[in-house]
Amino acid sequence: MTVIERSPSSVPGREGASSATPLISARDLSKIYRVGEQDLVALDKVSLDIAAGDFVAIMGPSGSGKSTMMNLIGALDVPTSGNLVIDGRDIGSLSADELADLRNRSIGFVFQQFNLLPRTSALKQVMLPLLYAHPRPENMEEMARRRLEQVGLASRMDHTPRQLSGGQQQRVAIARAIVNNPKILLADEPTGALDTKTSEEIMQVFTALNREGITVVLVTHEPEIALWAGRRITFRDGRIIDDVRQTPITAAAPPPAGGQPQ
Amino acid sequence: MNMWDSVLIAVNALRVNLLRSVLTTLGIVIGVASVIILVAVGTGASSEVDRQIKALGTNMLVVFPGSSRVLGRSQGAGTDIPLSEGDVTAIRDKVPGVVAVSGQITETAPIVRGNTNWTTTISGVHAEYGFIRDWPVESGRELEANDVRSGAKVAIIGKTVAQEIFAGENPVGAAVRIKNVPFEVVGVLTSKGQSAMGRDQDDIVLIPISTARARISGKSQIQNDRVGQIYVKIDTDSDLAVAQEDIENLLRQRRKTTRGAENTFSVRNLSETMKARTEVLTTMSYLLAATSVISLIVGGIGIMNIMLVSVTERTREIGLRMAVGGRRRDILLQFLVEAVSLCLLGGLIGVAIGVSASTIIAFVADWPVLVSPAVLGGAMAAAAATGICFGLFPARRAAHLNPIDALRSE
Repeated sequence: MTVIERSPSSVPGREGASSATPLISARDLSKIYRVGEQDLVALDKVSLDIAAGDFVAIMGPSGSGKSTMMNLIGALDVPTSGNLVIDGRDIGSLSADELADLRNRSIGFVFQQFNLLPRTSALKQVMLPLLYAHPRPENMEEMARRRLEQVGLASRMDHTPRQLSGGQQQRVAIARAIVNNPKILLADEPTGALDTKTSEEIMQVFTALNREGITVVLVTHEPEIALWAGRRITFRDGRIIDDVRQTPITAAAPPPAGGQPQ
Repeated sequence: MNMWDSVLIAVNALRVNLLRSVLTTLGIVIGVASVIILVAVGTGASSEVDRQIKALGTNMLVVFPGSSRVLGRSQGAGTDIPLSEGDVTAIRDKVPGVVAVSGQITETAPIVRGNTNWTTTISGVHAEYGFIRDWPVESGRELEANDVRSGAKVAIIGKTVAQEIFAGENPVGAAVRIKNVPFEVVGVLTSKGQSAMGRDQDDIVLIPISTARARISGKSQIQNDRVGQIYVKIDTDSDLAVAQEDIENLLRQRRKTTRGAENTFSVRNLSETMKARTEVLTTMSYLLAATSVISLIVGGIGIMNIMLVSVTERTREIGLRMAVGGRRRDILLQFLVEAVSLCLLGGLIGVAIGVSASTIIAFVADWPVLVSPAVLGGAMAAAAATGICFGLFPARRAAHLNPIDALRSE
């Protein structure tokens, strides 16, 4: 299994995570949407730190603010008030282009519906974020191949989404999310469209990636999926109502991703 | 994301909806095709008009005798005081800028060789006539001043006459008879083709004006030095209009026309008349130009429409591209390139249709085919410009989508 290369300052072992500057740091974060004449408070002065290397599950019913939090952590949106620092950048102060670059460099996205491009090979899908990188890496295809091998799709590189199973499609999406060596892997209900067995395989991939040092933030409403994380944060009515550390159910299990049978 | 990636994405997107893409470009196809036909027809026609003006002779004025009026009714050209040899000499000597002058008297008569004959226009002219009309001989020699002075029985025949009575034989040196008078053919004129009025200009025989007067038509005429028309060649540096006025003043003086009275002759600038004819063609060109502009606008709106549909259909894709780091500019460029590619596709089809149509028109109208690479390039550039103009709005709409909404859209 390949170890993701990082600059020394930001290489936190799992032990050192708590003492270093948090990778994600929210202070009094609010997001208010205007719906007609009314203000809808989606996030109400939330403060939260996520250390580098952590595996966090964000839970809560719909309308709890977890999706809004996810959008902010993903630099897809900016807060109405409060500060959110991601990987050293205060996203409230960034332009649209700077937000795009931050997403490209520091954040990988995995979605419930996979969001793969139709009629496009797995290899091309995974290369997509590299096309938008500044500067663009020289060995894009090589990088993409390595990531597809890492998620166990070495023999499916030329397949289009239609030729892949749901689990395989989600693996392509994960390979795409990590191809640019991001620090944060942000997964929004990644197993929502998958059966239990496939969900478990996908969670094993996340766990393996987390062990390599990538910070995983997982948004889910399924408690059994949240069990894979080391920290569980619960939202309700725009606030954090619960924030606990837990022993992930795979703590003792061997790293599975690289060992997938082809 | 660089240009090449955008082009690849665009081509891919167009290929997926190939039929839709081709149908969408219909307006552009018509626009580009009409631009090409317009230029081909316009330049082909104007080069035809140029050729006809050249055939008339450049920088040339023609003096016609006036028409007399009987009880207010015009009796037709030549019924008033005829022009005379004296007028020819006066114009040659007194009007500044005149390079050459030739009188002309015409008669329709058969030209006979052995047992073949051909009725044609017999034109008595001065030696300068060929030079004035820019009408050299193809073989043999020109008429010379000496021929005119001595009233020589020599003839220069037009191409049509040569074909009719010599049928491939060399006419130079051959003997012919016109009105029972023997002539020697000394030259054959180059072909001038049809006149603007559709008359065969090569159906002519030129003989010295003096010979014509004495042997062909002279005896029946009241005035012995009568001249039918006078052809005047003006120096290329001189103004035709000024020369025209000078000739008019001179002739009024010679005819003692009282001040304020109408001219008893007319001086015409035939190439001006020809140029007026080109204005009809110019009007036609404007109409075609308007057609192509309207087609391009309508086509552009079609492109805009389909691009808006495309943006809506691919909202999630746009959201994804934004999520993985696509900047607004990248998205804008992608859709702009797609619109331009669509228009260029239409442009290519339009070029194919336009070139074929102009080739057919040129063939039917017997004009030179004038489809230059510059025109094709210009037409394609117009198509691309249409793509940019009408693709900008949908592309901007795509680029300014909110990534969250785009990702969530169904």
